[in-house]
Amino acid sequence: MGLPNANGDLSTEVEVDAFRRLFPLHFYEKHLLESISPDARPLGRARETTIALGAVASANGSALAKIGSTTMLAAIKMKVMTPSLETPDEGCIVIDFHMPPICSPIVRPGGPAEAAPVVAKQLSDTILSSGMINLKELSLVSGKAAWMAYLDIYCLDADGALFDTALLSAVAAFSHLEIPVVSLNDDGKIVLSEEQGLSDREPVNKEKRKINLSSVPFSLTCVLHKNYILADPTAEEESIMDTILTVVLDSSSQLVSLHKPGGTVLAYTSAIQVS
Amino acid sequence: MRETAMEVDREDGRSQNQLRPLACSRNILHRAHGSASWSQGDTKVLAAVYGPKAGTKKNENPEKACIEVIWKPKTGQIGKPEKEYEMILKRTLESVCILTVNPNTTTSIIVQVVNDDGALLPSAINAACMALVDAGIPMKHLAVAICCCVAKSGYVILDPTKLEEQKMKAFAYLVFPNSVHSVLPEGSLRVEGEPIENGIITSVTHGIMSVDDYFYCLERGRAASVKLSDFLRRNLQQQSTDSSKAG
Repeated sequence: MGLPNANGDLSTEVEVDAFRRLFPLHFYEKHLLESISPDARPLGRARETTIALGAVASANGSALAKIGSTTMLAAIKMKVMTPSLETPDEGCIVIDFHMPPICSPIVRPGGPAEAAPVVAKQLSDTILSSGMINLKELSLVSGKAAWMAYLDIYCLDADGALFDTALLSAVAAFSHLEIPVVSLNDDGKIVLSEEQGLSDREPVNKEKRKINLSSVPFSLTCVLHKNYILADPTAEEESIMDTILTVVLDSSSQLVSLHKPGGTVLAYTSAIQVS
Repeated sequence: MRETAMEVDREDGRSQNQLRPLACSRNILHRAHGSASWSQGDTKVLAAVYGPKAGTKKNENPEKACIEVIWKPKTGQIGKPEKEYEMILKRTLESVCILTVNPNTTTSIIVQVVNDDGALLPSAINAACMALVDAGIPMKHLAVAICCCVAKSGYVILDPTKLEEQKMKAFAYLVFPNSVHSVLPEGSLRVEGEPIENGIITSVTHGIMSVDDYFYCLERGRAASVKLSDFLRRNLQQQSTDSSKAG
């Protein structure tokens, strides 16, 4: 197991990259000893986050979220549907998460990536169970019509912390969402109103309104390695460390989800540190 | 603070911390290299292990053994929840098995749900562990899985049935390593100063609960996992003495 010798400037540079590829764990351990990660972040700091609202003009609500290089685009389209018999006052949210091959070299066309259905399910569980959206707000005419919100999230660049970015983009898209104005036409069906309201049709909802978000969930993904907790890992870090932990808290500091699939044994003290 | 010994009415008359009757049998499928059936009350899961087979899958590290999990639901098509269970099971078993013993091999674990009456994922994890033992795959320790629910009023119950799970505001699946009876001196098996059995291998939660509720669940789950590990140990010892008599 040869360590690179400092033999002149150029050869040291080449050696570092090669060392990073050949012995990734040792490379990271050397950095962790100094309490820093290779992109010069201190261990507990997350990467730079940006959110852009309204990225998709044709959708009712959309957002583009970036954490470091991980990019997710979320868009919401509203359609009217009849609510189910058990919940005549409630609308419905359908969440779908796509990982097209553009996002990462490990995703190949012809089949969904391994991580995609897992993140999709986690995301829908978190959003629905956190009570962020009151489904009763999505109701139009009780028992006859309610909104169905189709939330699609596309991963454009997968560089670690997929769940965090997806949740952020979903919440941002919901905050940007404007429910369109509709009215009841003669057949008893709901149609979208035109700009100049026709006089014989009463709009069911008067103006475009925003949806209320309560208790917004926030999440953080960390990797654990021996005694070190590294926050917000990149894809490279995620692939070499075997323990990944995602904690989701909502705005009243309630734990929405703690997702730790497998990995090394985590003692209580570390769990407290993370939360 | 929590009231101890709160009388909670559970439909089947169990107390808060009581688990359902456990039953486990190994070596039930003859063609599989290892197999086990695990039932907790009415929830029954069957697990089969085939392996190690040559070659790893595409994106996996060839210097380690690879574990592949296939989850078969009782009815319906395979969808996202099944994929999620597969991933959780895979990660959990990867951390329990010693992967460096047979590099560049794949071990397949097939989980078939026979009946789902609550606490499905923990039963599957327990069944898979027993099947791995039956197949003789080297493992560092066993994984013991348990489900804890938090109700709206704040009390915690263990091992819920399906009806109880649906009524609860949150539940958590927790997997702990089993308790260790060791010949080595005390100090050597500690992780960060705590005995190894106090750690968590896997934790998956659904629904909102406060952080304190979560820690309380952990403590309860930890206590119950000791009982589960005793059951596992007795079960394994009993069956191994039977087979040695027959052999």
